[in-house]
Amino acid sequence: MLSGIPLFPEQASTMAPAVDNLYFFIVAVTAFFALLVVILVGYFAIKYRDDTGLRVGAPITGSIPLEIGWSLVPFFVAMAIFVWATVVFFQIVRPPDQTLDIYATGKRWMWRFQHIDGHREINQLHVPVNRPIKITFTSEDVLHDLYFPAFRVKADAIPGRYSSVWFTATKTGEYHLFCAEYCGTKHSGMIGTVYVMEQDAYQEWLAGGGLTGSMSARGEQLFQQLACNTCHLGDGTGRGPSLAGLFGTQVELQNGQTVLADESYLRESILNPQNRIVAGYQPLMPTFQGLVNEDGLMSLIEYVKSLPADRAAAAGAAPPAPSGGE
Amino acid sequence: MTTVAESPVNYLNAKHTVASWLLTKDHKRIGLLYLALVTLAFAIGAVYAAGIRLELTTPEGDLVSADTYNRLFTMHGVMMVFFVLIPAVPAILGNFVLPLMLGAKDVAFPKINLLSWYVFLVGMVITLGAMVTGGVDTGWTFYPPFSTQGSGSNVMLAGVGVFITGFSSILTGLNFMVTIHRMRAPGLTWFRLPLFVWALYATSLIQILGTPVVAITVLMIALERGLGLGFFDPRLGGDPVLFQHLFWFYSHPAVYIMILPPMGVISEVIACFSRKNVFGYSFVAFSSLAIAIFGFLVWAHHLFVAGISPYSAMVFSFLTYAVAIPSAVKTFNWTATLYRGAIWMKSPMIWVFGFIGLFLIGGLTGLFTAALGVDVHIHDTYFVVAHFHYIMVGGAIMGYFAGLHYWWPKITGRMYHDGLAKLAALLVFIGFNMTFFPQFILGYMGMPRRYHMYPPEWQVLNIMSTGGATVLAVGYILPGIYFMWSLYRGERAGANPWLATGLEWKTQSPPIPENFPVTPIVTEGAYEYSKREIKVA
Repeated sequence: MLSGIPLFPEQASTMAPAVDNLYFFIVAVTAFFALLVVILVGYFAIKYRDDTGLRVGAPITGSIPLEIGWSLVPFFVAMAIFVWATVVFFQIVRPPDQTLDIYATGKRWMWRFQHIDGHREINQLHVPVNRPIKITFTSEDVLHDLYFPAFRVKADAIPGRYSSVWFTATKTGEYHLFCAEYCGTKHSGMIGTVYVMEQDAYQEWLAGGGLTGSMSARGEQLFQQLACNTCHLGDGTGRGPSLAGLFGTQVELQNGQTVLADESYLRESILNPQNRIVAGYQPLMPTFQGLVNEDGLMSLIEYVKSLPADRAAAAGAAPPAPSGGE
Repeated sequence: MTTVAESPVNYLNAKHTVASWLLTKDHKRIGLLYLALVTLAFAIGAVYAAGIRLELTTPEGDLVSADTYNRLFTMHGVMMVFFVLIPAVPAILGNFVLPLMLGAKDVAFPKINLLSWYVFLVGMVITLGAMVTGGVDTGWTFYPPFSTQGSGSNVMLAGVGVFITGFSSILTGLNFMVTIHRMRAPGLTWFRLPLFVWALYATSLIQILGTPVVAITVLMIALERGLGLGFFDPRLGGDPVLFQHLFWFYSHPAVYIMILPPMGVISEVIACFSRKNVFGYSFVAFSSLAIAIFGFLVWAHHLFVAGISPYSAMVFSFLTYAVAIPSAVKTFNWTATLYRGAIWMKSPMIWVFGFIGLFLIGGLTGLFTAALGVDVHIHDTYFVVAHFHYIMVGGAIMGYFAGLHYWWPKITGRMYHDGLAKLAALLVFIGFNMTFFPQFILGYMGMPRRYHMYPPEWQVLNIMSTGGATVLAVGYILPGIYFMWSLYRGERAGANPWLATGLEWKTQSPPIPENFPVTPIVTEGAYEYSKREIKVA
C-alpha cells in the first residue's frame, strides 16, 4: 500500500489535462511567492536578530514605489490566472453541439441514470470512450452534486431545475462518481462507478437486455396519455404551438423576449406553462406538476428532441421558423 | 523603563465577588468573560474535530454512525465559526486592548458591552442545548431544502442560537466603531492609531452591515421549516440557490471578521519585536478597509457549481482576485518591516512567524479556488477544507495566540515561560501542516468533504492528517498549562515587559480599573521605536 499511494487523480477526459495544466501553473506561481516571502522572512529574522531586545530598528517607514510594485505585480499575475481559468471554465460549461445525451436523477441516496435507448442504471454509468457525453440531471429531494474527479467536472443537482455536465472520456476503465454536495445520512454512500468502454464493448453492453423501450418512445406514450397531442399538433394548427423541430431553436415569447428551447425551457413549459408563453398563443395550458415524475419529464423532453423539423414541413402547414411549447 | 507609580489596586483585585464579574462594565473584565466562553467553545469544537479525525483513520464508517459523524462536523463548524473564530480576537483581545490603545477609560457604551456578552452567553447556551438534545446535522452552512425539510435534527434550536449570537457581534461592532470615533485620547489622530485599531474598525463595519443579513436568512430557514413559508424549497415555490446567495453575502465577509483582527495583531507584534515602524503604515491600514469593502462583493464564488450563470461566475472570480491584492500587500509590508529591524525573538514573534507561514499557504491556495476552471474540480472537496483551515486556524487562531501571548503580561501582570510558548508555537505549526497539507492532495484527487466513508486508496493520507491533529492538540493544550502556571508562579511583568510603544503599555500591568491615572496625550505615531532610546528599567 505504501508504495502505491496515489497522489494525483487519473486524467481520463479531454478536460483533465486542460484543468491540470492550469493547476500546475498556479502551483508554480504560488510556490514562487510563498518561497519568496519565506526566504525573506527567514533571512531577515536571522540577519537582523537582536537577543538583547534593546536595540532599535532603522527608521524606515515605507516606500511608495515598492507599494505600487507589489500591488501591481500580484494583480497582473492574478489576471493571467483569471483569464486562463475563465477560458477553461467556459470549455467545461459549454458542451459541444453533438453529444451523446444521458439523463440522471439524484435522490437520497442514489444516482439513477437513463440512456436514450431505454437502459437504466443505478450508481453505475456505462459510457463509450472518445465521445462527448452530456448528462442532464436534477434532484428529486435535496441538493446533490454529480462529480467525476477523473474527468474534472461536477455540478450541483438542484430540485426543480436541470443542471448538466459534459465530458469526453479518453481512457477506458472504471472511475469514481461521487455526490459532492452534502445531502444527509448516507451522503458518502451516494457514490458509484463510471465504466468507460471501447465503442464495440459499449455497443455490446447496449445490446444486452433489460430494455423497456427507448426514452422517446416512452415520451411519446406519455405525450398521448397526458393528451398533449390534442393541442400540440404537428402541423401548427393546434391551440398550442407545434413542437416539431423545436429543440435547440430560439423561441419568440409573448412579452417580446426570446428564449432558447433547451431542456430547462421544456421542463418549465410543462410544469409552469404560464411563465413564458409563446408569441401568438393563449395561456390556456394547465400545469402538469404532480402528473408526471422526473423520469417522465425527461422522456417527454427526449421525445420532443426526437421530433424532426422536416416532419412539420412534410405536413405542409407549420412554418420552419421556431415555435414553442407553452 | 517605566515611571508609572504602581497602584496596589488593579482591575482584577478591585472587587472579588462573583457579582462584580457578572455585572461588570469594565471592558477588561468583559474581555476575560469572553475568554472563558470562547475557550470553552474552542475545547468543545476541538473534541468534535477529534471525533471527525478518529473516524477518518479508516475508510469504513466504523467508529461512529453516519448520523453521528454528520452531527460531529456540523457542530464542529457551528462551534468554531460562531463561538470561536468570530469573537476570539475582537471580543477578547479587542475588548481588552482597544480602550487602552485609545487612551480611554472604557468603550463608548460599557452597558451595551456587557449586554453583548450576555446575548452571546444566551446564544451559546441555546446552541449547546441544541447539541445535547440530539444535535444538528445540516452542516454549519444550513443549506436548504435539506435544512428545511430533509433533516430530522435540531435545526430550529441551533438556528435560534446562531440568530441570537449574531446580535452580540452586531453590538460589539457598533460599540467599537463609536469608541474609535469618539474616545481617542487628545492628539491620537487617525493616522497615529495602532493598526490593530484600524483592523477592528474594518471588522466592525462588516459586523454591522453583514450580520443582519445572516440573521434574516436563518430566520427565513426557521419560517420555512416551522411554518412552511416557501422561500427556498422549490416544492413550495422557493429557490434553494437564493439561500446560498443570502448566506454567503454574510458568511464570506465573516471570513474577514475572523482574519482582519488577527492581521491587526500581527502588525502590532511585528512592529514591537522588530523595533520598527510597520512598513507602509497607511497601505496596511487602508488594505484593511479595502478588504472589508471588497469582501462584500465576492460571495458568489461559493456558488461556481451551484447553477449560477457562467458570466456572473466570471465577474465574481475577477472580484475575488481583486480582494486578494490587499492581503498580498499586507504580507509584503510585514516582510519589509523585518528588513533592518532589531528582531527580538520572544515567543509572540514565533507565533507571528507561524501565522505568516500558514496564512501564506491559506491565501495563496485561494488563487486555486478562485480560478473557475480549477474550482469546478476542487469545489466541495478536501482542497477547500484545507484552504479555509489554513486561513481560519492557521491564520486567525495563530494570530489570536500571537496576540494572547503579546498581551498576556498586560492582562495578568505575569510572565509565562517563554521557551514553552515557543515550543507550543512550533508544535502548532508542525501539527497544523501535518493535519491539513495532506488534505490539499486528497482534495485534488477528488475526496469530497463531509464524507463519513471514503475509498480505501486515500487511507494513508487520512492517517497522516489524524496524526498531525494529535500534535496540534498538544500544541493547543500546552498554552493552557503555562498560562495557568504563570498566574501563580509567573514573574511580575511590569508595565512594559516588551519595551513596546503602544499606549496600553504606558499603564501598569494589570491596569487600574480606570486604565490610566491621567488621560495620556499623544504626540507621535504608534510605532516610533527608532526615534526612541529604549532604556532598561
